[in-house]
Amino acid sequence: MSGVAAEIAFDRATKRYPGRAEPAVRELTLTIPAGAICCLVGPSGAGKTTAMKMVNRLIDISEGDITIGGTSVRSLDVTQLRRGIGYVIQQVGLFPHMSVAENVATVPRLLGWPKARIAARVDELLDLVELPAIDYRDRYPAQLSGGERQRVGLARALAADPPVMLMDEPFGALDPITRARLQHELLRIQHELRKTIVFVTHDIDEAILLGDRIAILREGGVLAQYDTPDALLAHPADEFVERFLGSDRGLKLLALRRLDELDLAPLDGADGPTADGSTTLRDALSQMITAGARSLVVLDGTGTPQGVVTLESLTGVAA
Amino acid sequence: MTPLGEPVAAQGPVIPDFGKGSDCVVENRLFCPDWVRDNWSGTLEPALVEHVKLTLLAVAIGFVLSFGAALLTHRLRLFEKPVVAFAAIVYTIPSLALFQLLVPVTGLTVATVEVALVGYTLLILYRNILEGLRSVPPDVLEAARGMGLTRRQTLWRIELPLAVPATMAGLRVAVVSTIALATVAALVIPQGLGYPIFLALREAFKTEILVAGALAVGLALVADALLVVAERALTPWNRTRRVT
Repeated sequence: MSGVAAEIAFDRATKRYPGRAEPAVRELTLTIPAGAICCLVGPSGAGKTTAMKMVNRLIDISEGDITIGGTSVRSLDVTQLRRGIGYVIQQVGLFPHMSVAENVATVPRLLGWPKARIAARVDELLDLVELPAIDYRDRYPAQLSGGERQRVGLARALAADPPVMLMDEPFGALDPITRARLQHELLRIQHELRKTIVFVTHDIDEAILLGDRIAILREGGVLAQYDTPDALLAHPADEFVERFLGSDRGLKLLALRRLDELDLAPLDGADGPTADGSTTLRDALSQMITAGARSLVVLDGTGTPQGVVTLESLTGVAA
Repeated sequence: MTPLGEPVAAQGPVIPDFGKGSDCVVENRLFCPDWVRDNWSGTLEPALVEHVKLTLLAVAIGFVLSFGAALLTHRLRLFEKPVVAFAAIVYTIPSLALFQLLVPVTGLTVATVEVALVGYTLLILYRNILEGLRSVPPDVLEAARGMGLTRRQTLWRIELPLAVPATMAGLRVAVVSTIALATVAALVIPQGLGYPIFLALREAFKTEILVAGALAVGLALVADALLVVAERALTPWNRTRRVT
């Protein structure tokens, strides 16, 4: 299982700890399509990290099963399984006594790749995460900033080109600016590589930004809702999900869509403030408020007016 | 056990014949270079070489035993307390008393000396190696596990290299204290830098006491410096600090 992304399916996967009446994860059933990012979110104690760690069997599955590309993770040798799954954690866990290049080369070396292939792969990956190999390959982790360390952590997890990646709050310890930059780089890399990614976070905004699918778990490891960000924001399943999404979920929903995705009203010689088609609906609403206008003229890339967006069309998007 | 003042197996007159010595030696001045020159190859150099051998053997055996015990108890924590208790008890026995205990068993031999010297290295080496193995951050171990390193690979590739600084710190203390302690070996066998000191004490011959003592101190300093250099060579990642 290398290279091409694989579908991950949880089938009533349950984790019980001895001596505890309630399971940490209860009959979790969901399917992550190949090449998609699935964000597991929920309050602490909802079992999101536990659910993720059952995939590479850092935590054993008590009942039920998880399959990757149709193969049960329980049927594989555990070290072979793990070497085929990229693993990124919040504290990064770089090996402090190894250079950046040696860290990135960890799994390829375990798999016995020839030296020349490893060296080429290390350089390729460092370029991918925008750490120029010539500057970074011989540094030690102590010589890197927090953001650089997590870039190396990402490169290390991608080294053997695993079809599946597990990421446990990878950007949680970074400052907001570095976090935002790395989130966008992950999206850029994902656009190129199309891995199947299980991404654990407690930050709903991060989940909305990164996730193709979001699984919201509640206390006791019960799946509350599993959907696309858009569907989740528009139609939360219950009060818990609604509260978890936040009182600004309407604005979050507007932020997901752009003006050029809307059916615009005809121009009819309309006049007034203008906005580019790539503007999000959230920013368009903000612009209406600051301009005291009930509509905006939408322009295309060349500045040509395309139509009009009205306040009413914005308030109707969730319907 | 031979009481102090009656050196064991003192073969022939080692104390310089004051009648034929230089004025310096006859007057027993603080430091007589001519005596050092005359007795370097016959007395001092062999004593120094013996001292180095006694120390190396003791630390080598002590290291192997401590390393094995540390590896065992790293996995099986159950055995940690008994090992520490044993090493600590040995450590607290005064060396003179330990010799007294060992001589009836092993006689006036190198073995007696080595058993005692090895015994004193165990506590410090064992504790430092184990502490080194346990100093590996949990996130590093989790990453290793998550990437599919086996336990053995984690031990050899991650835990042992990261235990080097603590291990080297233990080795430095063990080597320096063994060099100091090995002078007491002269109570049992006519070897090491303790022996010329021991003989010279009877006549209060200042030069010999001073030079043999200085050689022991110098040896300890040189050994410590070599270990510092070795540690730096073994831990290149610790030399580098963040550039920014």
